[in-house]
Amino acid sequence: MNKNYMFSLVAVIFLFLIAYVGVEAAGLQWLFGIAIPYVATIIFVVGFISRVMKWAYSPVPFRIPSTCGQQASLPWIRQATIDNPSTNGGVIVRMALEILLFRSLFRNMRFELKEGKFSYIWEKWLWLFALAFHWSFLVVLVRHLRFFTEPVPFFVRYLEFLDSVFRVEVLNEVVQVGLPGVFVSGIVLLAAVIFLFLRRIFITQVKYISLASDYFPLFLIMAIAFSGIMMRYFVKVDIVGVKEFTMGLVTFSPSVPEGIGSVFYVHVFLVSLLLAYFPFSKLMHLGGIFLSPTRNLANNSRAQRHVNPWNYPVHVHTYEEYEDEFREKMIEAGLPVEKES
Amino acid sequence: MNKRMYDKGKILSGLVIFVLIMAFPFGYNIIAKIVTGKAVAAPELILTEKAKAEKECVMSKTDMKSGHMQLLDEWRDHVVRNADRVYVNSKGKAFDMSLSNTCLDCHSNKAEFCDRCHNYASVSPYCWDCHIDNPKEEAKEATE
Repeated sequence: MNKNYMFSLVAVIFLFLIAYVGVEAAGLQWLFGIAIPYVATIIFVVGFISRVMKWAYSPVPFRIPSTCGQQASLPWIRQATIDNPSTNGGVIVRMALEILLFRSLFRNMRFELKEGKFSYIWEKWLWLFALAFHWSFLVVLVRHLRFFTEPVPFFVRYLEFLDSVFRVEVLNEVVQVGLPGVFVSGIVLLAAVIFLFLRRIFITQVKYISLASDYFPLFLIMAIAFSGIMMRYFVKVDIVGVKEFTMGLVTFSPSVPEGIGSVFYVHVFLVSLLLAYFPFSKLMHLGGIFLSPTRNLANNSRAQRHVNPWNYPVHVHTYEEYEDEFREKMIEAGLPVEKES
Repeated sequence: MNKRMYDKGKILSGLVIFVLIMAFPFGYNIIAKIVTGKAVAAPELILTEKAKAEKECVMSKTDMKSGHMQLLDEWRDHVVRNADRVYVNSKGKAFDMSLSNTCLDCHSNKAEFCDRCHNYASVSPYCWDCHIDNPKEEAKEATE
């Protein structure tokens, strides 16, 4: 038991119930389906922009090489052009690999005392599951465009085709899964987010540094994935009704069609919460990764002068000026000068 | 407090991309409306005369709307694995478990019935990989 994750878990269950009871008992579809999603989207966009703007006002005075390869040096020393780029092109490749493949996380290691020796252990699970999590989340997100566009664009349909390429079918007295076709991304998303949560519970060191703000989004995403999977495979909400509803939202003529299950409103409410919570949370690493100074700055300090933007304007007395001032005295004293008068 | 923005061009272009991505679903529908010249409406289904006369499907309309795929999946399993072709609904009425002969008997207009919602929700069911749309019509043409 740990108050950080218990608090987050209770909060998410509570929010889940608020939406469920609000729709089921109080009939507040318009609140959970229309008002809150609009407000949440505005908070998300405005909050995201202002957070990035705030970062943009913080100077990055120095290049922070923190790299893992040879920097640009003498021509006969081979440079690690991606790990330690000195050009913009190299930086773009490094950033792309970072954003798309989480290259820094790939270097993740585990440290352990083994037979009294401190050892570094190759550890790729976090990288693998983080990659699975983020990519499946992206796929799920893009797939959801089918509810927000009419006609549905080709890339969404193509993605749906790829996503449902494994025809998983389970049919017995209790469950019927297979029609509608199983989307792998949703299941991978739920499995990966559960892994990311269990990692925080079972690895003592990680548990020690985990806070409620780490657990809360995990539980929230878990609840979103869970409610989505419930709707698609088990409770079976009226999908045409859902699309009528979401199309109303994106064309600014919202209405609440009859007969959509309450789980749908719970799903929408939790997604709205995630959006509204986003700019104030650690989830801002979506924007932040683009601004990571150790990744997005070329290591060219030896070739180019970078002036610290907050430097106080100090009056500098250069050697040339010094020599101009004391030339006669220096010559008199027999000191070498660069310019003879 | 320093009031200068750093890397202005890069930051602002990044934010413009962010806003464009966020505006995509809204903008797409506005453009789609201009291009197609009509506002988005929920699909309207056309019932054949036979379906109208029948009044009720094997299940209630709401159950069929959200659960017809599950029913068809169960039917297929029953027929293929148990050789059991009789479905008795909640009202005690018996039906032959057959997509081609029962469902498509009334709903012989796939394009105006099945496809309208399936296209709207971007669903491509694999029913039609094996089943032909309109078995009765096909048979008629063959005999002619």
